Amino acid sequence: MLAYILRRLLGMIPVLVFVSVITFIIIQLPPGDFFTTLQAEVAATGGGQNKETIEKLQEIYGLDQPLYVQYWKWVQGWVRLDFGWSLAYNAPVWNVVANKLAFTLYLGFLSLVFMVAVSMPIGIYSATHQYSIGDHTLSALGFLGLCLPGFLLALLWMFLGIAVLRVDVGGLVSREMQNAPLSLAKVQDYLVHLLPAVVILGLSSTAQLQRIMRSNMLDVLGQQHITTARAKGLKERLVINKYAVRLAINPMISVMALEIPKVINQSALVGIVMMLPTLGPIYLHALLTQDVYLSGTILLIMVLLLMLSNLLADIVLAIVDPRIVYN
Amino acid sequence: MDDLTVRSEELFGLYEGIADTAGLEEEAVVAVPGREHVAKGKSLEAIYGASQWHLMWRKFVRNRVAVGGGVVIVLFYLAAIVAPFLAPYTETSRFTRNIYMPPQRVYLLNEGRLQPYVRAYEAQFDENLRKTYTATGEKTFIRFFVHGEPYNLLGLIATDVHLFGAADDQPVSLLGTDRQGRDMFSRILYGSRLSLTIGLVGVVLSLILGTVLGITSGYYSGWVDEVIQRLIELIRAIPNVPLWMALSAAIPLTWTITQTYFAISIILSLTQWTWLARQLRGQVLALRSQDFVLASKLAGAKDRWVIFRHLVPATLGQIIVVSTLAMPSMILAETALSYLGLGLRPPATSWGVLIQESQNYQSLALYPWVFTPAIAVAICILAFSYLGDGLRDAVDPYTV
Repeated sequence: MLAYILRRLLGMIPVLVFVSVITFIIIQLPPGDFFTTLQAEVAATGGGQNKETIEKLQEIYGLDQPLYVQYWKWVQGWVRLDFGWSLAYNAPVWNVVANKLAFTLYLGFLSLVFMVAVSMPIGIYSATHQYSIGDHTLSALGFLGLCLPGFLLALLWMFLGIAVLRVDVGGLVSREMQNAPLSLAKVQDYLVHLLPAVVILGLSSTAQLQRIMRSNMLDVLGQQHITTARAKGLKERLVINKYAVRLAINPMISVMALEIPKVINQSALVGIVMMLPTLGPIYLHALLTQDVYLSGTILLIMVLLLMLSNLLADIVLAIVDPRIVYN
Repeated sequence: MDDLTVRSEELFGLYEGIADTAGLEEEAVVAVPGREHVAKGKSLEAIYGASQWHLMWRKFVRNRVAVGGGVVIVLFYLAAIVAPFLAPYTETSRFTRNIYMPPQRVYLLNEGRLQPYVRAYEAQFDENLRKTYTATGEKTFIRFFVHGEPYNLLGLIATDVHLFGAADDQPVSLLGTDRQGRDMFSRILYGSRLSLTIGLVGVVLSLILGTVLGITSGYYSGWVDEVIQRLIELIRAIPNVPLWMALSAAIPLTWTITQTYFAISIILSLTQWTWLARQLRGQVLALRSQDFVLASKLAGAKDRWVIFRHLVPATLGQIIVVSTLAMPSMILAETALSYLGLGLRPPATSWGVLIQESQNYQSLALYPWVFTPAIAVAICILAFSYLGDGLRDAVDPYTV
């Protein structure tokens, strides 16, 4: 098992290198660089520097070097967690990214917990009470959640909060609570801001998981050993929760692995719409100002998250299902 | 065939005597899986002789929700084609005296007669200097097929007839006006043209790429297959949305609307083709060991003949389903990119640009009607999802 994990991790490295080259090229595609973009923005209001200053700045920050030299400067610091200098925030890239990355992982983890905690009971209920009103309602709601992605739901939630409910949405703290000392009201305020974000991020994946759980359970409940257990007089609760669910969960893990890329994708957009401190808003800012190292690093981080989550899903599947053997 | 009750021995002569069955009274109880019905003469022959597409159509039609979604989508596209006719104003016409006007309610009866009208509004500032609209007491009557601003219907016929409009100079604004006094209803109709067609162009591009590469990869194993699979994995390794954001940021600001439009559809289709390619590869791997392919090859058919004449029609159902299911994500991706400012930019009018203009959260509280393009997007996506789901069930030969 350990050898398998090590092999997968080693296999990730060439892919990462290749993807890093591609992302670097993509980030460098827009014409100009940080200083020319800044100059264009400032010149619109009548300010700006002259050409020699800009060229000197480009020389200082190494922006006039050929692409492979800039790329190598970026790569050679990775081992020391040095991802370059962010011109937009005037700080090392790692300092800018670290907090936001931690919050993104935290939010993603909470969404995962929400997904699993909500989809499983609902899926089991739908399967055991098939074709009932509850089943139809939940399936209809689930389908709604499935097609409306996080971006649209976040927009609708912001609209509802601002225009209809008149509560303070967006961000993690409302304006009144920002400098307040820690108190119950502040915790409540934090939850009111955090929980909708978690739900919105996880809703479409929850719907998909609920559908798959329902169909898995229906398959399992039709099998012979369930009928035998019932015939032997086992309590129905035991039959379902101990025997049926265990079998139905196995395919769910691989489905969950397919849902994680969706969560990563959506967290970028949802974070921007709901103004959360995730990687999304700074990524957008870096793209618009052409801050090469920052946007390249964030894109690479997302690729790495994707690959690691696939590996994690495989490992969890191998642990849960004793039939799977990686040699 | 023990679930079939035959009452006439002429049933077995069905295919030989097709003309004979017209008007005769043979009956049979046909057990179509899930339903039983009594089929008479000609419709019996229709069931037995039904082609693959006929069976798919019948199954699709039974799914009422999917048909509803399809109808909604067709209506949306029709509205997009004749948008300048349906919209009372163009996308840029402004009413500078009616900025941020709320939606006007249409009253149908005027003193007992059927004369639709809206109340004319004028702007006033209350004691907090907030703009409020009060009715002036005048009625703006709505006429149909009025002469308004000129446009080119379908790009060919120059005309100026609009479906409905005001009888006088006052605005008729069903969904209110925005920050510059432009009618939201007209802008949503004009915006649907770009939003709906960008999905179409993107899906067509990814369909071509995905079909060619997917079927090639499944048909020829070996290094062609390996290279294409590695390419797919590489593209899949980068999360979609950040990749689209990065590529869209590369579109120069100086490009025209048309160039930006095509650039965005190319960017979106660059990642969408992988799903179709994977699906088709799996199907072709299963199909190429079938007898009909072997027979075709033994008859001397070249690879191109086998691929285009046999494999593509066999996988056409899957192609349609995956393409239909890709449409809502394309539309949503374009909306999201334009909302972020990375895709289409003003003066281009698409639903994403419209949502971006409502992005100011403070004005959203005061003037919530500028948010209606998002509702249009939501309805469109729901309709597409129901349609795609229904199509997938119809094409799948293993479900009832």
